[in-house]
Amino acid sequence: MEEKLIKIGKNHVPEEEFVAEGHSFCTGCGEALALRLACKALGRNVIIANATGCIEICTSPLPVTSWQIPWIHTLFENTAAEISGVEAGLKILMKKGKMPEKDIKCVAVAGDGGTSDIGMQALSGAFERGHNFLYLCFDNEAYMNTGIQRSSATPYGASTTTAPAGKFSIGQITWKKNLPEIAVSHNIPYVATACPGYPFDLMNKVKKGGEVKGPAYIHILSPCPTGWRSPTDLSVEISKLAVETAFFPLYEVENGRYKLNVDRTNLKPVEEYLKPQGRFRHLLDGEIERIQEHVNEEYAKLKAKVACFAS
Amino acid sequence: MSKRVGLEASHAAAEAARMADVDVIAAYPITPQTHIPERLAEMVANGELEAAYIPVESEHSAMSACLGSAAVGARTFTATAGQGLELMHEVVYVASSMRYPIVMTVCNRALSAPLSVWGDHSDAMAVRDTGWIQVFCQSNQEAFDMTLWAFRVGEDSRVLFPVMVHFDGFSLSHVTEPVILPEQEEVDRFLPRFHYPFALNPDEPMTHGAFGPPDIYSEAKIAQEVALRKSKDVILQGWQEFGDIFGRYYGPVELYRTQGAKLLLLTMGSFSETAKIAVDTKKDKGKSVGLINLRLWRPFPFEELRQAVKGAETLIVFDRCISFGGPGGPVSSEIRSALYNEKRRPGIVSFVGGLGGRDMSVKDFEYVIDRGQEIMEKGSKELYETVGIRGKVSGIRG
Amino acid sequence: MAKKKLKAGTDLTWMDMDVGNIVKEAGSASARRTGDWRTERPILDKEKCNKCALCWLNCPDAAIRPSKEGFYEADLNYCKGCGICANICPVQAITMIEEAEK
Repeated sequence: MEEKLIKIGKNHVPEEEFVAEGHSFCTGCGEALALRLACKALGRNVIIANATGCIEICTSPLPVTSWQIPWIHTLFENTAAEISGVEAGLKILMKKGKMPEKDIKCVAVAGDGGTSDIGMQALSGAFERGHNFLYLCFDNEAYMNTGIQRSSATPYGASTTTAPAGKFSIGQITWKKNLPEIAVSHNIPYVATACPGYPFDLMNKVKKGGEVKGPAYIHILSPCPTGWRSPTDLSVEISKLAVETAFFPLYEVENGRYKLNVDRTNLKPVEEYLKPQGRFRHLLDGEIERIQEHVNEEYAKLKAKVACFAS
Repeated sequence: MSKRVGLEASHAAAEAARMADVDVIAAYPITPQTHIPERLAEMVANGELEAAYIPVESEHSAMSACLGSAAVGARTFTATAGQGLELMHEVVYVASSMRYPIVMTVCNRALSAPLSVWGDHSDAMAVRDTGWIQVFCQSNQEAFDMTLWAFRVGEDSRVLFPVMVHFDGFSLSHVTEPVILPEQEEVDRFLPRFHYPFALNPDEPMTHGAFGPPDIYSEAKIAQEVALRKSKDVILQGWQEFGDIFGRYYGPVELYRTQGAKLLLLTMGSFSETAKIAVDTKKDKGKSVGLINLRLWRPFPFEELRQAVKGAETLIVFDRCISFGGPGGPVSSEIRSALYNEKRRPGIVSFVGGLGGRDMSVKDFEYVIDRGQEIMEKGSKELYETVGIRGKVSGIRG
Repeated sequence: MAKKKLKAGTDLTWMDMDVGNIVKEAGSASARRTGDWRTERPILDKEKCNKCALCWLNCPDAAIRPSKEGFYEADLNYCKGCGICANICPVQAITMIEEAEK
């Protein structure tokens, strides 16, 4: 069956939907959009292992499913271990002639909670063992599905239900754990960051990650109107601002070599990114300044790595 | 021509997995199970076994990887013990609920704290309700036989349940006993190729592990429960076929000299062999005693147990685990429950011993038989009594 | 158009459950008409629309479909009314109106 494509500018995007409509993601969910785009970039020949979280809950309510591709969910912290079993199982079955040879990409889908916190061990193990799989972390920066609790991916100053802003607290008092760098330190062939604000960049990276032989990791910033307390129509715009302020730079690391995908000389101030989000609304000027300094510092470090390890 | 070799139970289990042509092994080392993954890794490295050996980074990941590999239709095996079984606890439930026929050998080990690498049944008792088919092995031969049988039964399309094969840590896992190994040709006749009917594949996209809202969860669970109980038919068939091909016949309970015995002793695992000698000694001295070795643990063999105790006046149940603050040893509580509604049933006396690698000798079992009889006649202040604990045990009130 | 008949959990007995609760019918959730969540809906000005398909690309609910004329329009069975399409349309051809409006 010939693939139907929709032409957008110079790009051709498959018309086919792999996550059927009728799912229960919130109105304006950035994660739902990012997932939709990622699946279009991957196509049919995949097996998805999905952690507990928004994506899993919104797409798989017994007795029905939104998934039009093979999909498995078991628990929360074990996605990388689970996909390791899928990958090893397929590989050996084909090697032993117990199933026909076929190019099936093993893909793990998890949120920031299921990756950065509880899923860290399994992820590290799967990276170290070198399984041939693509791990997509859909980062909405908190445990959104269970009600906006903090994770180690929650940004400094954000208010969540378990690290709320209050009289004696600005909310999250730690800086966001740098998951892409953790992935890079495992010496895996491909690491990248992406967001739905740059859809073609996202799809190209997912496609690229899918073609890698070995572990690949893509960190996808996924705006959540519910948890970020932002207007539902701004999810794409907000993720663009994250890139334009260097709050969330878009880059790739291929075999240790860094490449910045979007490099602006005139970055927008982080305040523009923080303003539309209710989770930051309690921050005072001094705190916003602190965040700006941190963003500048991290961006400078990243640019130094790009210069040092240019691809 | 089958051959008779000296093997540790660990190596016997590994050999069974090899002869079963297992596809994926995902295991994490833990005393006293280590000889199993070590032997399997060696076999894979030497080309004696063509399998994917995944050296996972924890037991939780071991069972999780097994879920993934079973989901794509690979014949899957793992092994663990004690703390490892506890660490994978939540995943163990999932394996049964999702009906993946994984085979796992457990080298029964005591649970911390205090840390103990030595044998008892507390790890097994903690997973009673997880929905796996479970058997206890008495010897290294059984460790081999049950592992092979486990693939046959678990993978049967009428069953599709994971199977746990328990054998005692150290006293079986690390002790060499003679084991009869069959011909590969016989194994191939016994064990058909694994065909998992719902394998994840892009050709037929299915969803495994959808979540269960309140309006459907109960139905899902009852379906699982009924299916587990129904698997008894295939369990028995599997043992029949095993006997027909290999010449060794097994059943849910093994009766040792129980004919006409007024007093019966029930044990599980390697202690059964020791207890049998105590039964012989007592019988030689004229005592009316016999032994029941409980082999099938889940689904619980109600029919066979009730039949086995018919006519006995006393049933002594020996537990290798404490159920803290509860109704006594786990096995004795289940036996009591299984016999409660019988019009005629023996009185039940409960003993706990052999914890954390504390051995039970023939003399200890002779004591259990005598003291058990005494308790039946005169009663005891305690809910259950213990064997080999230094200091008089009191304060265990029922 | 919602094609599939909605299978409610309450229709199934324990005997109807598939082994392992595996769902064999791909995409069966599309019987759920999430359009009824909506408080606003998008209106397309076909005069302004240049058929760039960016609205189709950016819809989290895959609710925007290509029409025979080559436009891209929201399927109101599934559109949750988030307004992303109106926000990103490069020629402002989409406006969000109150659902109650005709």
